[in-house]
Amino acid sequence: MGATVTTANNETKTWGGGNEPMGASYGKMMMWFFIVSDALTFSGFLAAYGFSRFKFIETWPLAEEVFTHFPFMHGVSAPMYYVALMTFILIFSSVTMVLAVDAGHQMKKDKVAIYMFLTIIGGMIFVGSQAWEWKNFIKGEYGAIETKGGSLLQFVDKDGKRVALADFAATLPEEREQLTRNKGRWFMDEPTLPSYSVAEVQAGFKSHPDLLIRTEVITAEKKKTVLSRAESELRLTQASLVVEGANLTHNEYGSKLFADFFFFITGFHGFHVFSGIIINIIIFFNVLMGTYEKRKSYEMVEKVGLYWHFVDLVWVFVFTVFYLV
Amino acid sequence: MSHEHVSNTKRIWFVFGLLSAVTTVEVFLGIIKPEFLHMNYFLGMNLLNWIFYSLTIYKAYYIVWAFMHMEGEKSTLRSAVVAPVIFLVLYLLFILLTEGHYIFGVFKNSTIKWNF
Repeated sequence: MGATVTTANNETKTWGGGNEPMGASYGKMMMWFFIVSDALTFSGFLAAYGFSRFKFIETWPLAEEVFTHFPFMHGVSAPMYYVALMTFILIFSSVTMVLAVDAGHQMKKDKVAIYMFLTIIGGMIFVGSQAWEWKNFIKGEYGAIETKGGSLLQFVDKDGKRVALADFAATLPEEREQLTRNKGRWFMDEPTLPSYSVAEVQAGFKSHPDLLIRTEVITAEKKKTVLSRAESELRLTQASLVVEGANLTHNEYGSKLFADFFFFITGFHGFHVFSGIIINIIIFFNVLMGTYEKRKSYEMVEKVGLYWHFVDLVWVFVFTVFYLV
Repeated sequence: MSHEHVSNTKRIWFVFGLLSAVTTVEVFLGIIKPEFLHMNYFLGMNLLNWIFYSLTIYKAYYIVWAFMHMEGEKSTLRSAVVAPVIFLVLYLLFILLTEGHYIFGVFKNSTIKWNF
């Protein structure tokens, strides 16, 4: 296995072969430069997020109002707790990974295997948590109205608390059937219809005089603007769409780009975690089979460790940019 | 050096404690959002965001230096990896954020509300 693990032995003969640039084996050095390029890819995404956010700086959604769910605590607004938990899980799986590398340096096969296993489990819990986060994001909680101009209107009561469409929308005797492929004349269908039509929301709003509309615009106090009742009624006449939850074209949280970047950046990161788990599983089985015992070097564990820590590193930035700032 | 096969479990757990503590502080600040930090600005960014970004970079430093064991690598590898990333990220942020801010101004002061 001389090709995968080289050892620098001769500092004096620079061009004599068997030499390692920068004192690192080729595999490790190339992992570092792969990480550089991947870091720049993520930086590009996060900078693009910053670009769009600066472009719509006065109307961008407030993160603490979007991510408020926690498992088994239904209806309780718990901003940030869940994502903090996910962060701890990922940091902890980084710790077990680095412990595996450390055990590898001492050629302790069993310890390496146990720590690798824990790392894989941690990664799986993280990806599962992210799936749950996505589920909540896609499902939405309150629903909103999109106007003809493309801006978003949300509903609040007198105290400024959010009100879900389901709590006030009227039921009108109108029936709008979903067009599906088997009912279409040609290969025709349409996206899932929202639970309420625009007319039902408008009628429900009229019959609940204590409701107000909240626009996307952020005030000087860093809160969303709440309109007066008269202004609210005027704005609601421009309604064109009922939005529930989020997809790539509409979302109930605010700027359309917000959901796009959320899906794309956390999705790309989640894909990195997923591929990291796959690579970790491969290396885990190699450890069990004693491949690295025979090779007398656990450097391969160190290389996947670099990748795994990089995934953690990216999450630290995604966490700050999406949830904190 | 990475070739010295000494166990540094102690340092690993220390860094884990540090990263957890920093994350806890971040989450705490993110939930309560103290008024005097959130509403006061320094160089165009509020103090709370300055704290968040500083703590993020602090965490990133420990992940790269301790977990990825950058502290054990040669200084040539260290600078070959870290310097291009720092330079290009700052450059990219400068260009894109300046441009984003400019477009915000264009939309705000013109008749077009937004078109994409």
